[in-house]
Amino acid sequence: MEVPILKQGEVLIATFQAALSDADLNQLRSGLVRQVVKFRSRGVIVDVTAMDVMDSFASRTLREIAQMIRLRGAETVIVGIQPEVAFAMVQLGLTLEGVVTALDLEEGLNYLNKKFKTVN
Amino acid sequence: MIVGTLTVQRKENTLMAKRDGGQVSGIAPDDSGHNEASSELLRELVAHLRQNRTQLREEWVGRISETRLLTAMTKEEIFAEATSVYDSYVEALETETFEALQAYARNLSERIIPRGVETHEVVGIVLLLRDVLARSLFAKYQTDFKKLNRILDAYEPAANRIANTVAVGFVQERERVIRQQQEAIRELSTPVLQVRERLLILPIIGVIDPQRARQLTEQLLRGIRTNRAKVVVIDITGVAAMDVTVANHLVQTVEASRLLGATVIVTGLSPEIAQTLVTIGVDLGKMNTVGDLQGGIEQAERLLGYKVATLAEPT
Repeated sequence: MEVPILKQGEVLIATFQAALSDADLNQLRSGLVRQVVKFRSRGVIVDVTAMDVMDSFASRTLREIAQMIRLRGAETVIVGIQPEVAFAMVQLGLTLEGVVTALDLEEGLNYLNKKFKTVN
Repeated sequence: MIVGTLTVQRKENTLMAKRDGGQVSGIAPDDSGHNEASSELLRELVAHLRQNRTQLREEWVGRISETRLLTAMTKEEIFAEATSVYDSYVEALETETFEALQAYARNLSERIIPRGVETHEVVGIVLLLRDVLARSLFAKYQTDFKKLNRILDAYEPAANRIANTVAVGFVQERERVIRQQQEAIRELSTPVLQVRERLLILPIIGVIDPQRARQLTEQLLRGIRTNRAKVVVIDITGVAAMDVTVANHLVQTVEASRLLGATVIVTGLSPEIAQTLVTIGVDLGKMNTVGDLQGGIEQAERLLGYKVATLAEPT
């Protein structure tokens, strides 16, 4: 199942569906990294609200996305981590260090817009 | 199995009978037609207990105050309860059904537990009644030991079951109350409060055990989501001590909150806790700590962009 990538102004938005395979995650990663420069986006939001399980591969992929997007000149925000998932993640030591997180899509957009304003 | 119990009880009865002045010497158990006779005997027994109700009840109440049980209750109350217990007891003997007695025991427990009546007292009064009744049986049948023996065979299992039913009823009621209170304490002990738009505080008071720590975290994370909080102040002024498990849990809570997009400020670490945390080497790099709750709230306001100003001199 392919993850759709939506363009919203200067931001790319990718929404995770439940139960993504590792191949889907890899595809999403390359898709985002390619499109961020193609669309001249300044920010990327990955929405994981629908994920009720986050394994180590998914969380590593999220971190890689954030790092690769940074190298491509934009910023990533992970939004919508469920409370239970968040706690399970830290217990497994998957703390997404160095990655910006926000409560939901709205918060993520707010964060990026504020960031864009301060840079200009 | 049942035969074994009966034998033991018979021995016991023999001893009691001896103590009562009887001369019992090795009565052979007469099991032929025991079951048919048993209900007959119980009927006789019940009739006897009904007949001597007033006197036996008096004696029982006397024994209760003698042994200083139920001191939390007045004499009148004891008498009233004793009357109902006596009647339920006789009824349970007669019908050999224990549901009514069980319900009564639960109801009684509900009333007397809040007044501080202890388990041993409840068990004690039931055993006293059993004793009083057994003694009256000894007195009645002291001339006919064979019959006494058979009467006791019928009486003892029923009496034991009654004692068991009442004790279990009481303990169950007590456990129910304890569970309820634990639930209440648990609910009350983790308030997640919103003090400003997008700012939550979580004051923690008392001992944190792993179970409570987990519950705190769950409640906090849920609170962050429902209140859309950006900053959380966890105040642990009221926590006296913290061990490795709980400290690590606190760090995990801070990280999990960050994953939900909220910043956590921990305030009010006591010198002792600070020392413990440093000694056990908990990774505090990710924790944002401020000395007291006021300072924590001030910093949270700065993070949220609030500016607090005094508009007038305080009156």
